[in-house]
Amino acid sequence: MKRLLSFVIKEFHHIFRDRRTMLILLGMPIVQIILFGFAVTNEVNNASIAIWDQSKDEATTQIIQRISSSKYFDIEQSLHSKEGIEGAFKKGKVKMVIVFPQRFRESLLHEHNAEVQLIADASDLNTASTLTNYASSIIMRYQADILDADIPYQVKTNIKMLYNPNLESAYNFVPGVMGLILMLISAMMTSVSIVREKEMGTMEVLLVSPVKAYMVIISKVIPYLVLSLVNIISIILLSVYALGVPVTGNLVLLIGESILFIITSLSLGITISTVTKSQQAAMLISMMGLMLPTILLSGFIFPIENMPVVLQVISNIVPAKWYIDIVRMVMIKGLGFGAVMKDTIILTGITMLFIIISLLRFKTRLE
Amino acid sequence: MEKEKVITTKQLTKQFGDFTAVNGISFEVHKGEIFGFLGANGAGKTTAIKMLCGLLAPTSGEAAVAGFDVYKQAEKIKKNIGYMSQKFSLYDDLTVRENMRLFAGIYGMDRKTIKQRTEEKLKQLELEPQADDLVNSLPLGWKQKLAFSIAIFHDPKIVFLDEPTGGVDPLARKQFWEMIYTAAHNGITIFVTTHYMDEAEYCDRVTIMVDGEIKALDTPGNLKETYEAESIDEVFYKLARTATRKAD
Repeated sequence: MKRLLSFVIKEFHHIFRDRRTMLILLGMPIVQIILFGFAVTNEVNNASIAIWDQSKDEATTQIIQRISSSKYFDIEQSLHSKEGIEGAFKKGKVKMVIVFPQRFRESLLHEHNAEVQLIADASDLNTASTLTNYASSIIMRYQADILDADIPYQVKTNIKMLYNPNLESAYNFVPGVMGLILMLISAMMTSVSIVREKEMGTMEVLLVSPVKAYMVIISKVIPYLVLSLVNIISIILLSVYALGVPVTGNLVLLIGESILFIITSLSLGITISTVTKSQQAAMLISMMGLMLPTILLSGFIFPIENMPVVLQVISNIVPAKWYIDIVRMVMIKGLGFGAVMKDTIILTGITMLFIIISLLRFKTRLE
Repeated sequence: MEKEKVITTKQLTKQFGDFTAVNGISFEVHKGEIFGFLGANGAGKTTAIKMLCGLLAPTSGEAAVAGFDVYKQAEKIKKNIGYMSQKFSLYDDLTVRENMRLFAGIYGMDRKTIKQRTEEKLKQLELEPQADDLVNSLPLGWKQKLAFSIAIFHDPKIVFLDEPTGGVDPLARKQFWEMIYTAAHNGITIFVTTHYMDEAEYCDRVTIMVDGEIKALDTPGNLKETYEAESIDEVFYKLARTATRKAD
């Protein structure tokens, strides 16, 4: 126990002495949250649009009013001809044009069939689809309001965004950032720090001493566990207080599941360290083998449901996929342990697998 | 007069697949002796040392270190030996004092003894003013002396030095060997590998390894006599000519 303690102290010394790395370790989650929260966002606010209103009746005026009062749109100009549309886009300022046909209100009331055309600049695909979504939902709400009053029988489309009523993108990326940061710090830093000892020759000295190999590993792992926990707490605090994403579910469950995922990442890091000989290789494997799948295949940025079947299958072995799912369920949806049991079991299984692999590798290496 | 034997090996062999790195070596090392292990790179010196330290399991043969069997009692051996590898093996980003404390702690020494011993060693090394400096700020010669005194910090019966003086200037090497003499005088057995032939002259007995086998084992004086050579260098050259294995 005393030996373990002097080891753990040594590991903390390594981390604290390397100011630059420590700054990165503790600063990264904050920077990422701020970047994703305020800069890299799918939300579009104050987009410039133009309107070509050919009927100028009560209905179109009301719709235009609703649109201009929403925070998403700024009505930049009114158009008067078909040619004006292209001109507006070509100047590059306008992101979307709304075209109302003639006799809009009459068609709506008498034929129940009025059309609004939304023309968007799809060279910026994300913005275009976001804007058309916003606009059609405003128009639909208007339609619902007036039809509700007039006609007794009619089907209403009622779209309600569950759990994330305002379509805040923060709800989507906070779990992703948590997965990414934990994976990065725990797996990459442990693998690099174990390989560093091999490279420096200090590992040999440790193995010649009466210290057991597993003790060396445990002492490597403890500081990163602590650092990762600090990061988890800072991410949760930032997302609650700076981004307004509440922890709907049980905080203890959330932190417990996070610890499980940290252990998964640590065991991955140890496995990587047993198969590599240089720090660069460990770093590269961590980047290519862990970072990219975590970003691309975990559902963090791209929905897994839309991927080709092969990638969907592969995504199942990306630990972050399960963790991000768990965080979504617990933190955003507020579900209990029952809902995340399956993910928890899978994550535990992956962890056991990596621990077994690394133990086996360790043995053969000592032979 | 029968001296106490601290290392004995009989037909100790290590194979990696088809490659026999160490081929049936047998020797004895006595207490307080400076035992030199000479050989070109790739002759099997490091493999032999690793087997004796319990880092590698031998393929066949027998070996006992400090009275313990290398197959079954590797853990007990580890408690009784010190080790310094050819790579400089202290933590660069820890201070001199922290390195001492860490390695002493690893060998399970209690805090009071560690404190006392640290001050002693710092005094011996004349490193007191640098005690709280990071190791990477020290010149290489000093680092190596520090590494040696850490390797014998816990009073091991035997200390294994695997090419300890690589890359160090002649003066620092001489000082290093003075430390080795002091340690041997205090009863610590020194097992040292080197490819500096002049260093072999400092040893009590010398083994010359060629292609994984022991070609000669005697005192430097006797070796020179037997092989009618001026220096160990010449002895080595005569023996090493027969080598077929390429240096790695």
